[in-house]
Amino acid sequence: MTDKIAQTLPVTLPVTLAVNGTDYAISVEPRRLLVDAIREECGLTGTHIGCQHGVCGSCTVLVDGVPVRSCLMFAVQVAGRSIRTVEGLSDGETLHPLQRAFMDHHGLQCGFCTPGFLMLAAGALEENPDIDDAELTHILSSNLCRCTGYQNILKAVRAAAVEMKAGG
Amino acid sequence: MSETAGATWVGRSIRRVEDPALVTGRGRFTADLKADLSVRFVRSAVAAGTFADVVLPETMADGAQVFTARDLIDVKPIRSILHRPDYVIVPQPVLADGAVYFVGEPIAAVVAPTEEVAEDIADQVLVDVTPVDAVVDAVAALEPGARAVHAEAPRNVLVEGRFRTDGVTAAFAGAHAVVAIDLVSRRQNALPLEARAGHAAFDTATGRVTLTCTTQMPHLTRTVIADLLGMPELDLRVVAPDVGGGFGQKMSLAPEYVVLVWLARRLRRSVAWIEDRRENLMSSFHSRDQRLHLKGAFDASGKLLALDADVIVNVGAYSAYPMTCGVEPLMAMAEIPGPYDVQEYACIARGVTTNTCPMAPYRGVSRPVITFAIERLMDTAARQLAIDPVIIRDINLIDRFPYRSATGLLIDEGSYRRTLAIAAETIDVAAFRAEQARARLDGRFLGLGFSTFSERTAYGTSAFAARGMETTPGFEAVELVMDPSGTVEARIGTSPHGQGLRTTLAQIIADELGIRPDKIRVVHGDTDRTPYGWGTFASRSLVMSGGASKLAAERIKAKLLTIASQLFEVAEIDIAIEDGTACVVGTDRTLPVEVLARAAYHGVHKFMGKAAPGLVELATYDPNGTFSNACHVAVVEVDTATGRVEIKRFLVVEDAGTLINPMIVDGQVHGGVAQGIANALFEEIVYDSSGTIITTSLADFLVPTAAEIPSIEIRHLETTTDQSLTKAKGLGEGGVIGAPAAITNAISDALAPFGIAINEIPATPQRIRALIRAAEEARS
Repeated sequence: MTDKIAQTLPVTLPVTLAVNGTDYAISVEPRRLLVDAIREECGLTGTHIGCQHGVCGSCTVLVDGVPVRSCLMFAVQVAGRSIRTVEGLSDGETLHPLQRAFMDHHGLQCGFCTPGFLMLAAGALEENPDIDDAELTHILSSNLCRCTGYQNILKAVRAAAVEMKAGG
Repeated sequence: MSETAGATWVGRSIRRVEDPALVTGRGRFTADLKADLSVRFVRSAVAAGTFADVVLPETMADGAQVFTARDLIDVKPIRSILHRPDYVIVPQPVLADGAVYFVGEPIAAVVAPTEEVAEDIADQVLVDVTPVDAVVDAVAALEPGARAVHAEAPRNVLVEGRFRTDGVTAAFAGAHAVVAIDLVSRRQNALPLEARAGHAAFDTATGRVTLTCTTQMPHLTRTVIADLLGMPELDLRVVAPDVGGGFGQKMSLAPEYVVLVWLARRLRRSVAWIEDRRENLMSSFHSRDQRLHLKGAFDASGKLLALDADVIVNVGAYSAYPMTCGVEPLMAMAEIPGPYDVQEYACIARGVTTNTCPMAPYRGVSRPVITFAIERLMDTAARQLAIDPVIIRDINLIDRFPYRSATGLLIDEGSYRRTLAIAAETIDVAAFRAEQARARLDGRFLGLGFSTFSERTAYGTSAFAARGMETTPGFEAVELVMDPSGTVEARIGTSPHGQGLRTTLAQIIADELGIRPDKIRVVHGDTDRTPYGWGTFASRSLVMSGGASKLAAERIKAKLLTIASQLFEVAEIDIAIEDGTACVVGTDRTLPVEVLARAAYHGVHKFMGKAAPGLVELATYDPNGTFSNACHVAVVEVDTATGRVEIKRFLVVEDAGTLINPMIVDGQVHGGVAQGIANALFEEIVYDSSGTIITTSLADFLVPTAAEIPSIEIRHLETTTDQSLTKAKGLGEGGVIGAPAAITNAISDALAPFGIAINEIPATPQRIRALIRAAEEARS
């Protein structure tokens, strides 16, 4: 074990992140990933990190309504844009149709990938409420789940789509 | 989905109590905890060699420190022990001590105020390894003159099982046909979506450390770390919070956790290590790296007379704790005959050490590989003897119970032939053959593949003792408490991480006590809050924790009846408890369970001498094990131009006894089959000849997505057994056990016109194309 002389601390930049309608004024290094800022600086740990290289999609959040991998963006890139995470999906204690459908159709087991799938699906259904099965499978193949075999995730998203169209 | 009160809660697909937190981002995973300091491990970039010094950067950030084996001088090495004369113990230092044995082996721990700073420093730490030739391939490691990976094992064999019944030689000599095949299963990573993570916090008031980590075995993790550090076990609390999948990878001891607890005690702070995906792929644990030679002696009718197997398992650089490197080879040896009635059997199974990441259990352990092997043998024999694949299975499947296998396993009641028959009928083999013939005329290649297998589940202490394990992870314990308000807490030794056990145990307990599941809370994954138990692995938790829960609930129920009998002043036999209410049968006299519970604590004088105060019962359950069974069927189409395999249909006919929650059961089957498909077609850990791992991202290790996994059809039979108190059998692994065999049989069937047999997994497009090219070249 050795202690050596201190290096200069890295420079941080102020940035305001608008997450789920709340402004978080934080100060981060330019290299700080969006997902780390959401989890650490904003304290919203519902967004998970599964691979750090943009493949698994566990860290999916909506930026201006579009699903993005928050492990592939820097926090400073997102200043002034609207971010939605799983914590912002329900309306108070009233669950979003997707959240209910995942419970009803057993669309989750360990639950680690679930926030990413919920945000991916929310983005897809808000963009196209009439999405067909083939397109839905194509979009949901963006993210990885290791527990469910996807079948019940697809079932849940289809059920939620019906409910959302009906205004549920 | 009804959730109103009814006759029983068992058997109903009620929603999971686990879910509300998980769908709202309120789950609590290890990486969610804040720590004073971040830890990053410096790992070996070299597969084999020695080093003298770890050279630190000239300057480091404030508060940063680096620790090596020289600092952890008082920490014992990990020793995973099998009591067998053929087993070689290879101690594993928690940080490499002057020598490295695989790429990714931890050498030093960097501690810094932030993860980024720790990573920066780790990148600058220099370890000048003098390399030696890496031993990578298990077959090469067995060759005479191969370098010994460890001095303790000059032949590179860490475990060697041999089994032979007396009549094997005669059976082969007298056989109508001998069918032999060579099989290869490439290396896998269980790949839980949450990689491993640990957070160790020192409590300055008590001197205790709380290790929160992604383990499937919190109690054993506590014991082994306390042993290795020489600390009182009660000074360590291990917590498994929400764990993002495990599949076996998280049951083996991570040396990193030992270092974390040591650091927390040394620094008197909280420290956290969050494994990244590259580390996880490189240095967590690997599985299924096996080569098999299988030989079957058949009579003219297709009856298997004798089986001879040679199994070589690449177990990597160390023997993982607690299951040891014997887990794959010895399970293969014990279970290769699978569901078939064959009493003459010979096997040599070796665990071979190499300079690669250590092997550890992954869902199904050896069985996805050995089922692939025996099921390929069955199809190869069927082809050679011109017998239908369904018929050759049917005449060989066991159908009298209990059945004692050649290796001594006692197989309890199952439905081996019936599941096969239902599968064949459901799939309509004749109609498929007609479609297949039509498609071939159009140049399309369809294939049908069957796989029948047994799934040994919930093995207790006796099974692990028979294996010679120093540590026998057998019994399970449940402490059931009904508090004065009538609410029940079930404190369990198992440690679920996605299996929905909080829900299913509540269903079992609810039926036993006559209360609603929402009055029951299941507590797990905290050594301070739960009785000593083993954890969640080996398809055991529902059977074992369920059995122990039932036993404990029976005792609570008996006590409630005693109290009610005193309050009602009638005999216990005249009292029933249903839906939270005790009533005197045939009258309108009732008392809520809450009143009985209150009396158990606050009105002890009312039943003085009849029962002890309070409502607390600890029960343990240690069954011998019970076998589930299933038949999987895959229908595939192979694109011969690209080698791509499309799974057009996948059917599972499953028998796991009584279903506690059918929705959860189906989820386990779906997920298992998906991993089986991954094993069969996609996932592969690859090393180059220098021992460098080249699949270190999810762009290289191909986990299938929703686009590759088909919808899975499931049918259930419910053959019950007296080997399980709840009549439920384990089923967590069956999906992955059966799928690779069904798929490779289906591909082989599709490519039969080319004379191609798929005896290597994963059957990637490249491998399939290579086989087709070779077949075409041979023809021309």
